[in-house]
Amino acid sequence: MAYTKRFDGRKADQMREVEAKVGVVPRADGSAMFKFGDTIAIAAVYGPRHLHPQFLQDPQQGIIRCSYDMISFSVTERKRPGPARRSQEISDVTARSLEPVLLLSQFPNTVIDVFINIVQADAGTRCAGINAASLALAHAGIPMTDLVGAISVGSLGGSVVVDLTKEEEDYEEDGEKAATDIPMAFTLRDKKISLLQLDGKVKPEDLKKAIEAGRKASEAIYEIQKEALRGLK
Amino acid sequence: MEIAEITKQRIKAHLAKGMRFDGRTPMQYRPITIETGVSKKAEGSAKVRIGETEVWAGVKLGTSIPFGDSPKSGTLMVTAEFSPMASEKFERGPPSIESIELARIVDRGIRESDLIDLDKLCIKEGEKVWCVFVDIYPINDAGNLADAAALAAIVAIKTAVFPEYKNDKINFGVFTDKHLPLGEYVPFTMTFHKIGDQLIVDPTVQEGEASEAHLTISVSSSKKGEFVHAMQKAKDITMSVEEVNSIIDHAVKEFKVIQKAFEDATK
Amino acid sequence: MIKKQEFDEQPQEMDGGMDIHQDAGYEEKKERRIVVPGEVIATGQNFLPGENTKRDGQNIIATRFGLLDIEERLTKVIPLSGTYIPRRGNVVIGKVIDITYNGWLIDIDSPYSAFLPIIECKGFVSKKDDLSLIYNYGEMVIAKVLGVKGKGVDLTTRERGFHNLEEGMIVRVNSNKVPRVIGKQGSMVNLIKEYTGCNIVVGQNGLIWIKGENIESELLAREAIKMITEKSFVEGLTDKVKEFLEAKTKDK
Repeated sequence: MAYTKRFDGRKADQMREVEAKVGVVPRADGSAMFKFGDTIAIAAVYGPRHLHPQFLQDPQQGIIRCSYDMISFSVTERKRPGPARRSQEISDVTARSLEPVLLLSQFPNTVIDVFINIVQADAGTRCAGINAASLALAHAGIPMTDLVGAISVGSLGGSVVVDLTKEEEDYEEDGEKAATDIPMAFTLRDKKISLLQLDGKVKPEDLKKAIEAGRKASEAIYEIQKEALRGLK
Repeated sequence: MEIAEITKQRIKAHLAKGMRFDGRTPMQYRPITIETGVSKKAEGSAKVRIGETEVWAGVKLGTSIPFGDSPKSGTLMVTAEFSPMASEKFERGPPSIESIELARIVDRGIRESDLIDLDKLCIKEGEKVWCVFVDIYPINDAGNLADAAALAAIVAIKTAVFPEYKNDKINFGVFTDKHLPLGEYVPFTMTFHKIGDQLIVDPTVQEGEASEAHLTISVSSSKKGEFVHAMQKAKDITMSVEEVNSIIDHAVKEFKVIQKAFEDATK
Repeated sequence: MIKKQEFDEQPQEMDGGMDIHQDAGYEEKKERRIVVPGEVIATGQNFLPGENTKRDGQNIIATRFGLLDIEERLTKVIPLSGTYIPRRGNVVIGKVIDITYNGWLIDIDSPYSAFLPIIECKGFVSKKDDLSLIYNYGEMVIAKVLGVKGKGVDLTTRERGFHNLEEGMIVRVNSNKVPRVIGKQGSMVNLIKEYTGCNIVVGQNGLIWIKGENIESELLAREAIKMITEKSFVEGLTDKVKEFLEAKTKDK
């Protein structure tokens, strides 16, 4: 049995209601909020700033550090405050998904810090975080060759759907997990892939379909990011 | 960059005339706005803004074994995570002493006023009780995080409901409409800052940096009158007995602005 | 021993339009469009990539969030945000954060630390002198960026007009808003000086020193500066600031 009708009635290629806003943390050098339905991420950027300890400094270029975290009451069962292995890994992939567009050679020996808080979670949190971070970096005036947009695409019982909810991530067929979540990020003008993760079980042809669905969805995310930045003056 | 010494002198001189840079009087707060239910996943949550300062607080419930000396009482835990998101001054890594101190102040105000009736949180005596987690997250520090954090915490508690509890376990994500058992006292927390010979509330970042000492005080009001539930003096400058007395007088008079914001938000 | 008083002969009056501000002013023009990083802003070899833009094949793209400015063939983006990156010749205001045996470490609100060596200070100073009598810990200093290299910035205060700030107040704005605060050939800052009677020095790093007859006039100047940074790209801002200052000073 295929997953043909989505739990919330969306079309296969339809994202949840998306919202973006820039400037939500006035004290930071740049900041943004990005929302996929009930998933809400806030990102704040500080820097480029002095990096210590000194041995971490790179005399040829600045470095980017991301800290992704979910606040304790963003999920139904309280998450213990503080970092965990999961959040460390996501912090790292987030930084790597953004790095290709940053012109870091202009700021040798410095660091750009990106802090991402997931304040409400309903799947797709790393993607919401990357979108918020892309906006916050641009807002902070960091030189960049492009914006980055992320979307999670899933293969559920052979159907490709974009922007999974938690309920969809937990989709089962015959008592077995039948959802594969594929978070991906694209440079938005250039349409190159800067993040691609997968764990699950998916047919190669479905995977190709999923990547194409993600690329298409990223076009809509591009428009939303542009609009959020242009709304500022 | 921290405030310049010359600017600090100007703040002091202006305050000596009873005036502040932004036109407020010494005992005047910036506008306070509160949103409740900001996280659908929390049993209770609130976002408090005082001026540009923004703090989120959430209540999550869990169950645990009660402490040996109070087998019938639920437990309360308050944490404050000073996320480096909120200010360039907050460092990454384990909780700083400031965030621990903030959590302790909020914790004592709630605990000592018996805001939550912990005795009514028993599931099975000696075996299982409810535990109430109150977690505080500053999002933007534009001065006076302490008062915003304390206010967000009590709003989150006041609006919190129990999750569904069936077959000896919590059905996370399914909420009932039953509120937490609350006592008759609500602690309203205010921090008074000493700059020169003057006292102010609700400092901006610059005023906070110019502050030489501060005293946080939790006050409640009921038919029986006002009570003080918690106090904490910080920084290394002493305060005179007269100054502390004056803070107590101000606190029992001025807490009403916070009380009103609280009541409007939790009506 | 060098005494601080010897430097007080420096003329207190600093002309806002003094040479340090040349070419730094923002010119009010008709509407400028906001562009985002990566956005194609011009196509074809006729256009040239200027500041904060980059050629990408046939296209020129913006490499920073800001306002698009195309002057004939030259494209550039005027940034709206970003931290201060020192450039040689910039006038900056900084705070003395440490004193070493041969100079002062100055915080100029930038990712790079700045150093003011004793030879770059007026008069003759020897390493044996008590340097805190010249520029003390925590004191604010107006200085000029002498050079930028690797991790550090060298400053100088040898020239006229560079000294420590003993009174007044410091206002901090984003350094990208500085051209707007100064205005075309100093027009904006001169307007504020005229109405408030304050002495104002605008550091390229976004730190601004205001010193007036009284705190009220300094606060009025501060408010006008805040208005400029908040509405920095509104059309006809100079007139709006003028109206504001006129209304505020009318009764006096």
